[in-house]
Amino acid sequence: MTSLSHADSSRPSRAWKNALFKAAMLFSMLIAFGTLAILLVDTIVTGWPAIQWSLFTDPPSTLPEEAGARPAILATLYLGVLVLLMSVPVGVFTAIYLEEYADRQRWWNRMIEVNIQNLAAVPSIVYGILGLAFIVRGIGIGRVVFAGALILTLVVLPTVVVASREAIRSVPDSIRQGAFALGATKWQVVWRQVLPAAIPGIATGSILALSRAVGETAPLIMVGAITYVAFDPELFGAYTALPVQIYNWTKQSDQAFQTLAAAGAIILLVIVLSMNAVAIFVRNRYRKRW
Amino acid sequence: METQPHIDSSRIAEVAQGIDRSEIEGREKVFSVRELAVSYNGKVALEDVALDVHRNTVTAFIGPSGCGKSTFIRCFNRMNDLIPGAKVHGSVLYHGEDLYGRNVDPVEIRRRIGMVFQKPNPFPKSIYDNIAFGPRVLGMKGSMDDRVEGALRHAALWDEVKGRLKDNALGLSGGQQQRLCIARALAVEPDVILMDEPASALDPISTTRIEDLMHELKKDYTIVIVTHNMQQAARVADMTAFFSVLVDDEGAARKGILVEYDATTKIFTTPSDKRTEDYVTGRFG
Repeated sequence: MTSLSHADSSRPSRAWKNALFKAAMLFSMLIAFGTLAILLVDTIVTGWPAIQWSLFTDPPSTLPEEAGARPAILATLYLGVLVLLMSVPVGVFTAIYLEEYADRQRWWNRMIEVNIQNLAAVPSIVYGILGLAFIVRGIGIGRVVFAGALILTLVVLPTVVVASREAIRSVPDSIRQGAFALGATKWQVVWRQVLPAAIPGIATGSILALSRAVGETAPLIMVGAITYVAFDPELFGAYTALPVQIYNWTKQSDQAFQTLAAAGAIILLVIVLSMNAVAIFVRNRYRKRW
Repeated sequence: METQPHIDSSRIAEVAQGIDRSEIEGREKVFSVRELAVSYNGKVALEDVALDVHRNTVTAFIGPSGCGKSTFIRCFNRMNDLIPGAKVHGSVLYHGEDLYGRNVDPVEIRRRIGMVFQKPNPFPKSIYDNIAFGPRVLGMKGSMDDRVEGALRHAALWDEVKGRLKDNALGLSGGQQQRLCIARALAVEPDVILMDEPASALDPISTTRIEDLMHELKKDYTIVIVTHNMQQAARVADMTAFFSVLVDDEGAARKGILVEYDATTKIFTTPSDKRTEDYVTGRFG
C-alpha cells in the first residue's frame, strides 16, 4: 500500500532529477540570452557617441570625425529591395512547382528537392566565389550593386523556397479539394486559394531570409563591395555595403573608427531587428486557424 | 424555401412506404455505371460495380468501412484524378456521355457535378466570398449578390448569416459551415450534388437540418450520398446501394464490391442478399 504523504522509495531521486534538469535548462538559457545581452549592451555603449546625423548623410572619410556611412546604408537598402524583388517571385514559384505540380515519383523532382536542401547549407562564401567567376567576370557586369544583389539572391533563395514550401504545405488539402469540386482549374486553385492562404508563412520566411541577406558580408567582399566609396551607389556602379563598411572600420588602427564600427553595427541591428519585427507582426496578424 | 429545424419522425415512414423501384427507374438516368473498378497503385479497391442513378432521386451508398463507397462517389466527379496512382476502369455514363472519355474535361464535369465533403471545408474567407468563389472562377454572368443570396436561401442558411456576409466563414458552427459548403456547391448551378458523409462530423440537430435540406434539394437536383449511418440512409434515400468488403483467401487483399442495389424500402425491409440483411439488422459491420 502506498500513501500520498509517504511516496515510494524512488521519490527523492525523481525530485532531485527534476530540479537538476530545471537548473540545466535555466543555465543554457542564460548562456544564450546573457551572451546576446552583453553583445548588445557593449555595442550600444561603444557606438552610441558616434550615432549622429552625419553618420547617415556623409560619405566615409579617412578622418573619423568626418566619416559617415551614407553610401553603405543606401547600398544595403538597395541590395535588400533587389534581393526581395528577385528572390520572392523565383522562390515562391519554385515552391509552388515542387508542392503542387511536381510528380514526386520522378527522380528529377526528388533530385531538385535534395539539392535545394543542400543549397541552404552551402556556406555563403562559396556563393561569393561562384558569383565572382560567373557573374562578375563570366557575364562581365563587374563589381556592381546588381551583381551583389544577384549573389545574395542565390544565397537566400533556398531559404525562401523552403519557407514557402512549408507555408504551401500547411494549407489543408480539403481547401484544394473544395475548390476543385467547384470546377476550378489547377491554376485557379493554386492562385486563388492555396497562395492567399500561404501568404503569411511566405512573407515571414521571406523577411527572415532578407534580414539574413542584409547582414551577409563574405560573399559581398568576394564580388567586390569595396572599401572606400564616397558617392551614392547606382544599380550598375561600384558600392560598399553596411556590413563591409563595418568590417573595414574595425580594421583601422584609430580608436575613433572602432566607435564608428560599433555605431554602424547599431544601424545594421536596427535594420535587421525591425525586419524581424515585421515578420513576427505579419505572422501573428494573419495566422490562420483551420 | 426555408426549412425549420425539426425532427420529423414521420419521415422514416414516408420513405418506408416509399416510392417503389419501378417508379424511380422510370425517371431519367443521370448516371449509368458499368463494370467499374478503381485501383490505387495497382491495388484494387473497388471492383465490378454497375448501377444507375436517376434524376431527382436521393441515392445512398452504405456499407462497412473500407468497402469503397467513398472511392466510388469520387468517380462521379473525377476527384480520384487528384490522387496519384488512382486508376478508374470501366465506364461512368453521365446523360449518356462517358465521364472518362478521351475529350472530357474533368473541370467541366466538376462544375456540373458538385460535391460536399465529410468534414466541412469552407475557404478561409468571408461567407460571401465562399459562395462567390465558384461563380467567379467559372466566369458566370449576372448579379453576384443575387447569386449569393439565392444559394444561401436554397441551403437554408440565409436567415442565419444575412447580417454578416463579410464575416469569416470559419467563425460559423460546424453545421452552418456544412450548409455553407452546400450553398457553395449550389451557387455554380450544378445538376448533381455528391455528398460524402455530409453529416458525420455534425451534431444531431445539424444532421436533421442537412437531411431536411436533402428532401428539399431533390426537387431540383439529383443527390448521391455516402453514409455510414443506416438510419440516415433510411430517412433520406429513395434508392440504396449496399457495398461490402471482399477479403481474399489469404485474408490480405481487401476490395469493395456492390452487393445489392434497390429501393431503400426493400433494402431495409426485405433485402434479397443475406449479407445485406446481416448488415442492416446490425449483425455485421
